[in-house]
Amino acid sequence: MAILVIAEHDNASLKAATLNTVSAAAKLGADLATEVHVLVAGANCGAAAEQAAKVAGVAKVRVADAAHYDSQTAENVAALVVGMVANEAAGYTHILAPSTANGKNVAPRVAALLDVAQISDIVAVESADTFVRPIYAGNALATVKSADAVKVMTVRTTAFEAAAMLAPEGGSATVEAVAANADLGLTTVKGRDLTKSARPELGAAKIIVSGGRGLGNSENYHKLLEPLADALGAALGASRAAVDAGYVPNDYQVGQTGKIVAPQLYIAVGISGAIQHLAGMKDSKVIVAINKDPEAPIFQVADYGLVGDLFEVVPQLARTLA
Amino acid sequence: MKILVPVKRVVDYNVKVRVKADGTGVDIANVKMSMNPFDEIAVEEAVRLKEAGIATEVVAVSCGVAACQETIRAAMAIGADRGILVESEIELQPLAVAKLLKALCDKEQPTVVICGKQAIDDDSNQTGQMLAALLGWPQATFASKVQLADGVASVMREIDGGLETLEMKLPAVVTTDLRLNEPRYATLPNIMKAKKKPLDIVKPADLGVDVTPRLATLKVAEPPKRSAGVRVADVAQLVDKLKNEAKVI
Ligand SMILES: Cc1cc2nc3c(=O)[nH]c(=O)nc-3n(C[C@H](O)[C@H](O)[C@H](O)COP(=O)(O)OP(=O)(O)OC[C@H]3O[C@@H](n4cnc5c(N)ncnc54)[C@H](O)[C@@H]3O)c2cc1C
Ligand SMILES: Nc1ncnc2c1ncn2[C@@H]1O[C@H](COP(=O)(O)O)[C@@H](O)[C@H]1O
Repeated sequence: MAILVIAEHDNASLKAATLNTVSAAAKLGADLATEVHVLVAGANCGAAAEQAAKVAGVAKVRVADAAHYDSQTAENVAALVVGMVANEAAGYTHILAPSTANGKNVAPRVAALLDVAQISDIVAVESADTFVRPIYAGNALATVKSADAVKVMTVRTTAFEAAAMLAPEGGSATVEAVAANADLGLTTVKGRDLTKSARPELGAAKIIVSGGRGLGNSENYHKLLEPLADALGAALGASRAAVDAGYVPNDYQVGQTGKIVAPQLYIAVGISGAIQHLAGMKDSKVIVAINKDPEAPIFQVADYGLVGDLFEVVPQLARTLA
Repeated sequence: MKILVPVKRVVDYNVKVRVKADGTGVDIANVKMSMNPFDEIAVEEAVRLKEAGIATEVVAVSCGVAACQETIRAAMAIGADRGILVESEIELQPLAVAKLLKALCDKEQPTVVICGKQAIDDDSNQTGQMLAALLGWPQATFASKVQLADGVASVMREIDGGLETLEMKLPAVVTTDLRLNEPRYATLPNIMKAKKKPLDIVKPADLGVDVTPRLATLKVAEPPKRSAGVRVADVAQLVDKLKNEAKVI
């Protein structure tokens, strides 16, 4: 018996979300006294697999390296995972994926093929079959118990510490190949248009500067927030309104239906603080709100609130910190 | 080409729900209920495909209590042609809904199913993917653009870090993201027309589906509350607090 983590990676490197997911798995593994395995399914993904072998708490890395796993389509990866659960003597009792776009795409497909429920977005492990997950935009926390033989779940990465990476010479997990399934040929990825940025990844950033409709337009967003983010080494985020209005790309959206973040410091600029936005950032360690409306709901969660015109305050703040 | 659109009745997105004092759930008695916003986007997309001459019929399906008929009527007011209610008094979890939808797809033979990406009550983000799995169909989740031609769907998806374009053979399942379209407001004449459109009611047993929940909710609790902090007078004071009190910069 073992626990399987589906790695988040881009063939060349392992993504930070994998480390938080391994932590959740390790918690389960300690309770159950079983091993944690990590599946790296990709094409020419040896480098990502090597990194996975250095993650503390991982006993074995399973690598499925084939051309048709290159873009990790849900159809092919789910078939692979289901095959591993069904065919292997050791068997897997738990399958975990991070709550990333990729994890959310693949994990429910795995669960349905296994005829089990999926537990989405777990924030705590109570026992081998009982987990805590947010519902209603995080306004309630449900403790749920699964009656299924195999538990499939996605993990809210902000709720679990990242597992450590062992030093290069540190003890590494065994790396073992898994036979690839036949290509189902159902979907073909034609291209990806990824936002290029030298800034930290939103999900893993220590400081986030986030802008809302109050910035007025795209030009203002960039002109005002970039110097501040530069001064702090921060990632940039946004409210849905700012994304809808085209200030920034879609993947900047923080919230119930965007990215869930929990940095050390979150600076909300010209964001009112709708329930859906709060759902994505209210677990940040320190929240700063800059808004001209003293009644804005964002102030109800802010540690430090500055009532003022962002067009005056933000450049001043950037200058002070530069 | 027939398009099936599953629509869920949920607590309106403007309502801040309260956890019941006995910890058994959230209090949804007398709160405003609406169609899940992502499902409105799905209905709008299907109706636009019909208006563009690509789809011929749009069927809205809801699974749940009798009041879900209102949700189906709302979909019809946007432009869905007919509706099916799978009526059940017991709580339907995503796997059960996916099985009900699978049974309906076997009967109705749609070419595309357009689901919302996520129901804003349970925040599961599972049903579309599960349905695709059960049907053995391809899936394109988190769609921000959908084009259908010659038996192939080309879909732009919102992924972490940007956008992805994928192609898949039809039939297929698509789930909607926020930027796919802006749903229209239903006009009064269309609301009136919707009242006359056909709406069938079936039971899970008629479809041969066992909907017994797999997850038992043991407890529902209020999350730790964050209290409002302090107001700072100016930038200088803010920087001082961040450096010396919070020590985060
Ligand atoms: C299904 C669904 C999902 C959603 N998901 C998300 C989500 O994931 N994330 C999300 O963020 N939202 C989400 N929303 C949208 C959410 O409900 C709000 O509409 C949105 O968060 C508002 O964005 P905002 O705060 O930028 O805009 P507004 O609410 O318009 O607020 C703008 C703020 O800027 C302030 N302001 C204006 N000018 C100035 C100035 N010169 N100086 C200082 N302050 C100024 C104003 O006082 C105001 O408080 C979702 C909604 C739905 C229906
Ligand atoms: N009870 C239901 N009736 C109809 N459609 C549903 C139901 N539950 C979920 N769906 C569909 O599945 C999508 C995702 O829901 P969920 O997996 O619960 O987040 C929704 O946006 C709907 O399109």
